[in-house]
Amino acid sequence: MEAFEYSLKELQQQLHSGETTVENLVNLSFSRIEEVDDQVGAFLRLDKERAVERARELDRQLKQDEISAQDALFGLPVGVKDNIVTKGLVTTCASQMLKNFEPVHDATVVEKLRDAGTVTVGKLNMDEFAMGSSNENSGYKLCRNPWNLDHVPGGSSGGSAAAVAAGEVPFSLGSDTGGSIREPAAYCGVVGMKPTYGRVSRFGLVAFASSLDQIGPITRSVEDNALVMQHIAGFDERDSTSADMDVPDFLAGLTGDIKGMKIAVPKEYLGEGVDKGVREKVQEALQLLKELGAEYEEVSLPHSKYALAAYYVLASSEASANLARFDGIRYGVRKTEDNLLDTYKKSRSDGFGDEVKRRIMLGTFALSSGYYDAYYKKAQRVRTLIKEDFEDLFLQYDVVIGPTSPTTAFKIGEAVDDPMTMYANDILTIPMNLAGVPAISIPCGLSEDMPVGLQIIGRHFDEATVYKVAHAYEKAASHNARPQFKGGAQA
Amino acid sequence: MERITEEQIRHVAELARLELKDEEIRHFGEQLDKIIDAAQQLNELDTENIAPTSHVLDVRNVLRDDEVKPSLPREEALKNAPDQQDGQIRVPSILE
Repeated sequence: MEAFEYSLKELQQQLHSGETTVENLVNLSFSRIEEVDDQVGAFLRLDKERAVERARELDRQLKQDEISAQDALFGLPVGVKDNIVTKGLVTTCASQMLKNFEPVHDATVVEKLRDAGTVTVGKLNMDEFAMGSSNENSGYKLCRNPWNLDHVPGGSSGGSAAAVAAGEVPFSLGSDTGGSIREPAAYCGVVGMKPTYGRVSRFGLVAFASSLDQIGPITRSVEDNALVMQHIAGFDERDSTSADMDVPDFLAGLTGDIKGMKIAVPKEYLGEGVDKGVREKVQEALQLLKELGAEYEEVSLPHSKYALAAYYVLASSEASANLARFDGIRYGVRKTEDNLLDTYKKSRSDGFGDEVKRRIMLGTFALSSGYYDAYYKKAQRVRTLIKEDFEDLFLQYDVVIGPTSPTTAFKIGEAVDDPMTMYANDILTIPMNLAGVPAISIPCGLSEDMPVGLQIIGRHFDEATVYKVAHAYEKAASHNARPQFKGGAQA
Repeated sequence: MERITEEQIRHVAELARLELKDEEIRHFGEQLDKIIDAAQQLNELDTENIAPTSHVLDVRNVLRDDEVKPSLPREEALKNAPDQQDGQIRVPSILE
C-alpha cells in the first residue's frame, strides 16, 4: 500500500505510534514526486530543503510529546496552489508576469496549516491567474491527468487535483472561482470542496474575481476533506469579506445516516449537453442515496442557462480591475520603455498569456463607458435571480445534487483556442459561485475508464450537511479504482 | 465582426494598458464578439425590478479598532520592486 492511500487520521496514528516519522512522510512525498511528476506536471516548484528541515523540527516536537492528539494534521505534507502566497517561496500564479515574485507574508490559510503542523512541499500548477478549465493556460508547463496522461486534469486547480490523485501529497489546497476546485477534482477522481463564500479567508489568495473566489481542500476522501476544512475555516480580520460565524464540527455529522434527507435534482443539470456516461453514474448515485433512506425529487433551477453568460461578464470585469495591479512597477516583471505608459503596456503584454488578456479585454469592455449598464449591471441583476433560485429550493430541500461537469476529462488540445467551448465545461459549477453556496465534488464511478464527479450543493454555511451526505454516499459506494497513468509519454 | 469594431478593440486595449499586435486585435476581436454575442442572451430576461447582486453576503462597512500595529519594513515592501533607488521605487520619467 502506498503511503498516501491511508487516510489523514491513519497517517496521524502512524506518527503517534512511532510507525513513521514526519521526515519519512515528507521524503515519501518527494520520492513520489520524483517518480511521477515528470509525467504529471503537477508541481511548479518544490521547497525541499525547508520542508525537510521543518520535518526534523516537528519530529523533535513529537518525540518530546509537545503534540496533542488534537493536532489532526500534524506532520502531514501538503501542496499549495500557486496563487496562494507563501512567505519566501516564489508564487507565480503560473504567470510569467510573476516568475520571480517572492511573497513577504503567508496567506491566512497557509499560516493556519502551519500552526496545525503541516509541511508545505511545494507549489502547484494551475491555469494562469486561475483562468481556465484545463490547466492548459499555465504559463510554465502542461499538467496531465494521472488516469490518462493524454487528458487534461481540469482547471484551474489542475495541479492540486492531479498531485493528490497521483499520490504525491495526501492533500492540497486549491481555489474556486467558477468551478476551479470541483471540476479538476471530478476529472482526477478526488474530493474537492468549494466552501460558502466567506467561510475561508481569502487573505493571501491572489485575487481573480473577488466576489466569487474561495479557497478549499482537495483530498482523497470526504473525511479528510472535512478535517482540512476544520483547520482552514473561520473569520479573519484581514479579510473583510470573511464571515464572522462559528465554525461547526464538520466531522460530527459523518455518521452515514442520511435517512429522511431531502435531495433536489435540477432537471437542467441532467439534460442536453451532459454526456450519457456521466448521467448514468449520477443516476446510479441518486439510486444509492435513496437506498440509504434519502428522498429525491426532480426540480427546476429556471435561470441556470443564464449563469454562464452572467459569470463571464462578472468574473472578467472583476478580473480586469484586480489584474490592473500587475504593471511591472512594485513587483513582477518590468519591461522598461521610454515613458511610464509604454512601460505598463509592454510589461503587461509580455507578462500575460492569451486567456488572461482575453478576459481583461472582455472585462474592460463590459465596464467601459456606454456598456456598463448593458453588460455588467445586467449580469449583476441576473446573478440575483440565480441566487434566488437556490434560496427557493433550499426552503424545501437539504441539498441539491447533480454532476460536477457535463463530461469526463477531455483530451489535451481539444478545446484550447475556442473560448466558448472551453467555458461551457463550467456550466454546472458556475451557478454555485454566483450564489455563494458551498458545493463538493466526489467520485461516483468511471465512464470509459475516466472518473465522473458527483456534485452536492448545500445552503449558505451548511458545509456540514454537504459533508454528511457526501460521506454517506462515499462509504456506501466504496469506489476504489486508482489512476492508471495510461497514455502520454509512456504510450 | 459585427458588435465590436476594430477601433473599439484598440480603444479597450488602450484602457486595459495592453499592447496588441494587429493580428491579436483581429483574433481577440472575433473571440470577444462571440462571447459578447453569447452575453446578449441575458437580455431575454426582464430584470427591470431586480436589484443587482455585487456580493452574496450581507456584509457592509466592516470596521475594526484603529490600533497601531507593526507594518511591513521598508526593505520587505521593496523586496519585489524591479527597480529601486534610495529606498524608493524608481520609474521612467512621467514628464515630457
